Amino acid sequence: MLAYILRRLLYAIPILIGVNLLTFALFFIVNTPEDMARMQLGAKHVTPDAIERWKVEHGYDRPLLLNAKASGSAQLTDTIFFQHSAAMFVFEFGKGDDGRNIGNEIRTRMGPSLAIALPVFVIGLLVNITFALLMVFFRSTYLDLWGVVLCVVLMSISGLFYIIAGQYFISKMWNLLPISGFAGGVDGLKFIMLPVLIGVVAGIGSGARWYRTIFLEEIGKDYVRTARAKGLSEVRVLFRHILKNGMIPILTGAVVVLPLLFMGSLITESFFGIPGLGSYTIDAIQAQDFAVVRAMVFLGSFLYIVGLILTDISYSWADPRVRLQ
Amino acid sequence: MNSAWSSFDFVLLWTDALIFALVAGVLVLVFFIRRQEHLRAPWRAVAQRPMAIGAALVLSVFVVIGLLDSLHYREKMPDSPADAPHYSVDVLSVFDALVGDLRTQQEKTYSEPMAMQLYAKEFVQRDGVAVREYPRLKFGGSHLRHASEREPDITRRSLIGLAQGLAVSLLLFGLLAAWQARRAQNSFGEWFMLWGEGRLDWPGRTVAVIVMLLLMMGGLLIHLAAAYHVFGTDKVGQDVLYISLKSIRTGLVIGTLTTLVTLPLAIGLGIAAGYFRGWIDDVIQYVYTVLNSIPGVLLIAAAVLIVQVYVESNPDLFDTAARRADIRLLALCLIMGVTSWTGLARLLRGESLKLRTLDYVEAARAFGVSHSRIISRHIFPNVFHLVLIAIVLDFSGLVLAEAVLSYVGVGVDPSMHSWGNMINGSRLELAREPVVWWQLGAAFTFMFTLVLAANLFADGVRDAFDPRQGGRR
Repeated sequence: MLAYILRRLLYAIPILIGVNLLTFALFFIVNTPEDMARMQLGAKHVTPDAIERWKVEHGYDRPLLLNAKASGSAQLTDTIFFQHSAAMFVFEFGKGDDGRNIGNEIRTRMGPSLAIALPVFVIGLLVNITFALLMVFFRSTYLDLWGVVLCVVLMSISGLFYIIAGQYFISKMWNLLPISGFAGGVDGLKFIMLPVLIGVVAGIGSGARWYRTIFLEEIGKDYVRTARAKGLSEVRVLFRHILKNGMIPILTGAVVVLPLLFMGSLITESFFGIPGLGSYTIDAIQAQDFAVVRAMVFLGSFLYIVGLILTDISYSWADPRVRLQ
Repeated sequence: MNSAWSSFDFVLLWTDALIFALVAGVLVLVFFIRRQEHLRAPWRAVAQRPMAIGAALVLSVFVVIGLLDSLHYREKMPDSPADAPHYSVDVLSVFDALVGDLRTQQEKTYSEPMAMQLYAKEFVQRDGVAVREYPRLKFGGSHLRHASEREPDITRRSLIGLAQGLAVSLLLFGLLAAWQARRAQNSFGEWFMLWGEGRLDWPGRTVAVIVMLLLMMGGLLIHLAAAYHVFGTDKVGQDVLYISLKSIRTGLVIGTLTTLVTLPLAIGLGIAAGYFRGWIDDVIQYVYTVLNSIPGVLLIAAAVLIVQVYVESNPDLFDTAARRADIRLLALCLIMGVTSWTGLARLLRGESLKLRTLDYVEAARAFGVSHSRIISRHIFPNVFHLVLIAIVLDFSGLVLAEAVLSYVGVGVDPSMHSWGNMINGSRLELAREPVVWWQLGAAFTFMFTLVLAANLFADGVRDAFDPRQGGRR
């Protein structure tokens, strides 16, 4: 087991290097520091001097890969690649355009992101499984048919609509919850409720439908027929056998996204004014703060790879038939 | 004839060219499928599902509008010399020409749906005195003399529109019945009985009802839009119905061209990885794990920023605003395509891994059939259903993604009509007092209709093509 995890970790390193090289190519070779400077300074202020000054301010005045002027190991280290891309491996992200340390920002903003994303994930999972089980229990009746149609309708509605309609009706018309904002501790509860509610509702359509197909796949199997043949009630079959076995693909599918919850949701956080990583990213994209976008790309990939490793481990934990060598 | 043609300059945007190439490709495919019984059978199964066929009819309305909106031209300036004509900088489409006044009837600012007055009070000079009142619209309801005439006029126009739609649909139905009855050598009454009891070999009742509803809605819109702004006007006074209709093309382009980009990558790399295995498999798996691990929105954002820089630093390559917006739309499709081929590729890899061990493939290899021939004759036809299901399933997700990307600021060009831009532009209108809801409402309604139709159609296609789902429902 330990050897397997170690091997998976080693396998993750080339992938992270690939991500790093790709972002380096996107941000520094296809899109040169001159281009970035020109875009940030705006058409009016572009002079060679201003571009040079901008590059010095951001530390982009070094050569890309090889510094011929320096000597010794500085030939490799005093370059954009080493200072800005390779440094990310030790989570050294540098400063954003607002002068703040990106690493610090990430640490303080993870909490609020998680405060929204985790409840949405957990409650959503429970609600979706409940609806899916109900549809499976009433399968091939009109209740099931219309349940599926309702799911298709729900998933055809834009996520933006759920947020806008939720904010408008619940906060503006009926004044039930604050429209946006965030606070720590128990005070924060009233701010969290609306985004969590909307996040759960927005996910029901696709989630419940997907879990329904998983459960239906289980229902056709032999062990279910055996369980019925020994006289178990339908409810018992559903909970003891189908739910338990159906949970394997559901849980392992959920483990992949677990680490990514730290990243938060771009749209939800920006609509509800939550100071998390999602709104940080969206602000950075809109302000064209390349350093922050680059850091978030790396962080996102890192968390995704962690998720992949956790998935493999959880497979062997949830399903004894899967043995890792 | 010659002079009429020379007063236009046909404009072929990049996305137009690709759309027509796509249409040609689909027509070739249809021609091919019609001659192969085993390919026709699942499509016939799709056509027998009421839900799928109804959705397909709704989709076809969107597609027709989108195609008409893809034939672009520029008008000649009226006073330009004949030997060296100047053309207007506005790129129009056949759709613009068809809807005519809808595009040009611009009000001053917001007005409610079907209104005859502006939405906000203004100072108006009346008999030398400044009065604060709701000014009349320039076009919406301008034929009315008094506000009390508005409701009867709307009712009259609605009824005429509905009646005309009904009449056309009944006429069509009669023609269809006559043709079908003649082909089946039934009497008219017999066919009608079969139709009424739902015993035809196609879902006749659903088709009839959907076509009738669509035609009646069309009649209603045509008659009302001739005199009113059916969905109101936006901040600069543009007709919201016109903007929503123009956005259809953007949605369709993103939904279809993106898939067009993903297909060669997903099919080529997915099958190659599964069929050849070994180091080819390792390399391809590595590439798609790397791409997959980067959060999609961020990769798209990075690439869109880069395209923006390119367009800004090469302004001479794009002579009109339409061309600039078009290249950004194309770039968006390319980027979304490059980031979203991984799922299908993984699926095709798994399937090819299974197929390559089957007896008939091994036999083909033993006979010395070349790799390219095995892949094209034995592997590809057996994974084609997966490709098709992926195309129709992805479409609706891509249409929805456009709105989110436009909100983030990395979607289509802000000057291009799209539902995402409409939603983005009307975010602050809900906070305004009194609320402006119609632009948001129109964008969501149109988007919902298209996505729902696409989802229902996709369900039908998946049920018909996926052997695992066969018979279960």
